[in-house]
Amino acid sequence: MRKIGIAEIEDIALGAALLGAGGGGDPYVGKLVAIGAVKECGPVTLLEPEEVPDDALVVPIAMMGAPTVLSEKAIGGKEYQTLYDTVSTFYGKPIYAFMPIEAGGVNSMLPIAAAARLGLPLVDCDGMGRAFPELQMVTFTIGGGSATPMALVDEKGNSCIFRTITNKWTEELARAVTMACGGSVSVSLFSMEGAFLKQYAVKGIVTRSQTLGSAIRRVKEVSDCTPEEEFLRITEGFRLFKGKISDVLREVRAGFNFGKVLLDGIGDYKGKSAYVEFQNENLTAAVEGTLLATTPDLICLVDTETFLPVPTDALKYGKRVMVVGLPCFPLWRTKEGLELVGPRYFGIDTDYIPLEERCKQ
Amino acid sequence: MYKLGIDVGGTNTDAVLIDEQLHVAARVKQHTTEDVYSGILAAVRAVLKESGVDPSQIRQAMLGTTQCTNAIVQRKGLASIGILRIGAPAALGIPPMVDWAEDLKAIAVDTAMIGGGFEYDGKELAPFDREGAKNFFLRLKEKGIQSVAISCVFSTVRNDHELEAAKLCHEVMGDQVHVSISSEIGSMGLIERENATILNAALYHVAESFTEGFAHSLQDEGITDADIYLSQNDGTLMTMEYARRYPILTIACGPTNSIRGACYLSSLKDALVVDVGGTTTDLGVIQNGFPRESGVAVTIGGVRTNFRMPDVISIGLGGGSIVREHSDGSVTVGPDSVGYQITEKALIFGGDVCTATDIAVRLGLTDLGDKTKVAHLSEEFSRKAMEAIAELVEDSLDAMKVSSEDVDLILVGGGSIILPEKLTGARTVTKPEAGGVANAIGSAISKVSGNYEKLVDYLVLPREQALEEAKAEAVELAVEAGAIRETVEIIDVEDVPLQYYPGNTNRVKVKAAGDLK
Repeated sequence: MRKIGIAEIEDIALGAALLGAGGGGDPYVGKLVAIGAVKECGPVTLLEPEEVPDDALVVPIAMMGAPTVLSEKAIGGKEYQTLYDTVSTFYGKPIYAFMPIEAGGVNSMLPIAAAARLGLPLVDCDGMGRAFPELQMVTFTIGGGSATPMALVDEKGNSCIFRTITNKWTEELARAVTMACGGSVSVSLFSMEGAFLKQYAVKGIVTRSQTLGSAIRRVKEVSDCTPEEEFLRITEGFRLFKGKISDVLREVRAGFNFGKVLLDGIGDYKGKSAYVEFQNENLTAAVEGTLLATTPDLICLVDTETFLPVPTDALKYGKRVMVVGLPCFPLWRTKEGLELVGPRYFGIDTDYIPLEERCKQ
Repeated sequence: MYKLGIDVGGTNTDAVLIDEQLHVAARVKQHTTEDVYSGILAAVRAVLKESGVDPSQIRQAMLGTTQCTNAIVQRKGLASIGILRIGAPAALGIPPMVDWAEDLKAIAVDTAMIGGGFEYDGKELAPFDREGAKNFFLRLKEKGIQSVAISCVFSTVRNDHELEAAKLCHEVMGDQVHVSISSEIGSMGLIERENATILNAALYHVAESFTEGFAHSLQDEGITDADIYLSQNDGTLMTMEYARRYPILTIACGPTNSIRGACYLSSLKDALVVDVGGTTTDLGVIQNGFPRESGVAVTIGGVRTNFRMPDVISIGLGGGSIVREHSDGSVTVGPDSVGYQITEKALIFGGDVCTATDIAVRLGLTDLGDKTKVAHLSEEFSRKAMEAIAELVEDSLDAMKVSSEDVDLILVGGGSIILPEKLTGARTVTKPEAGGVANAIGSAISKVSGNYEKLVDYLVLPREQALEEAKAEAVELAVEAGAIRETVEIIDVEDVPLQYYPGNTNRVKVKAAGDLK
């Protein structure tokens, strides 16, 4: 158990941007929402998963909708109270703690705001260890958990809770409600008991975000190695490529940002070319036509000088980036995990081979 | 006819006269004064005297200034303002200025968040709370506030509520009150747009003082036939009237001007520019004749905005940087500097502080002041200091380079005399003769631009075609604004998919710029 205040939020937000693997939405607005809540209501208690009683109700908090809408409408401040009331009434018991469902991007921040505003603890875990585009893409699905009963509330005070027959239906219905409510809503989903959480959650991910964030912030302070070596050491990442963006192709289909970014090598990679394909998050990275990493491993683009993560919507001609691969949470590498988030699910015709092995070849 | 370019920096006010063939006819450097006006006046007077040009021959006068940036960074001259945000119940979780430094926050005398705003599709989020707005303006009026920043949720989609609030503000507080509305200043992202709007509102005093100072000094020197412009951060110009309303747009024009000035003086289209001042050195990159833009959100005085700026890094090295020998025999240069007091404090000027300039004189890189006053500095100490200087620049050079290949380097700025002729990582080093006033030259050769923005459904009009059409429209707008058609180039193209519109709707934005007639 420890407290997280404004300084910790800054680092968690930076780490979350990296774990966003190109997507997840810019944590900046989320960070302000968290800071706004902590300034008003005080710091948040962060619990280790093992500290949660087996029968306690833990509720993941997230936003749903377009990050651009969130960057305009942010969060009103009463949403989390409405969510609390809706969910605890439904279950007939109080909520013990909140947690993030998606540690990558903006959804890393909103549970902190919820915890601060309701005076509840936050659990140091999530269901992805990164960001993913679809709602059922969480470790809890592997454990047989269900996204519903899912509660949705908007800033105007509207709320609903629904149960669905499949997670796919949840996604469809939630999208419809989100659009009707103005493009972004606060949600709770995959509510669970402590025992289940301990079995399937990606543990310690809030702390890992904070470690990553603080490392990126201080990467230039190291003296015994180059900032790049330090960055790769702390992130335990694999350097896949360094290049200059030569083109960005984008397309919006079914509410997702699809695209491909082309890179011309610089430095050690001069003369080589690479590409990274994305669907909200980066899906594949290939150098000279050879795949070096695929989902569910994290493919992150970072600025070659500052090592700040570059999300897919900030990709721009001429920008110099390093492509880094980070191994995903082990559960994603199982048969069940790959069915949910492996390359074939995203229509990429290749078997999943762990990043470490692809890089060895 | 001549163009007059002026750059008002924190330390110096420079002026240049440029003839029709874009040759530099005269250039001068004067100290910046507290009131700005007398510094400009002195510079204009000096440049006229040096060139012998008849003031009536000056048809265009351009001013580039860091006054706004300095005002924000130093928290000087900022006006007390009121902040109105329209959009409740949305965004209430983030009050205005939530992550601002406390001292800067003090500019806001009163803040209100009231009902109103829009959804992404232009639907009303909540009705505009006219009563709430009116009460807020009455409160501001009582407190004697003269400037108001108004922002609204999704005002980039519809600005009706902002316009209504602005009108009401004038009705309640009078016509003389300055109203800044966010839809005219920033782009998508409420907080960044609101931040820029707040800064804009707080800058109205500063803007008044430098625009008036500029206009008066020109008139006083008999320059009465000139069109007057101010430099913007993207290397293009705006009118005085526009600058008074949107002073925030002058932010960071200094680095842009110096990079463009250097580019012009050296005739290089791709190079790295090192601008050495009295206290700091800025490094920037020219790509195809324009400054390379930074990819990160720009922070001014700790405030995040959504402006785009040239990609510049600053290091604490300049002509006035203080040189020290340590007990272990090592020598360091900067980051502290004697700044504008160099003419009193440097050894060569009879002072008692060893500066980077003294080292340059000692090693014979330049002939300045009284060199006998640095003769006592040992050869070893001077070499060590020069190595430290070279190392500082070479490190940053490496950070700015796009590849391991050596680059062409352009050295400009008054302090560039302190740099050695050879630097690791540089293929060639060019020191243009007029490099000391590259900022003012950049300002004088600024371009006029045309901005075109439209929502296009790529299913109806394919991307290629849509971009071509938008580019053509932007070129026409630039020509209308006074650009010579043959010189107009597209400087920025952006298309952003709008997920919430039907089909494959994109916001297409094109900016074209060309030389002023």
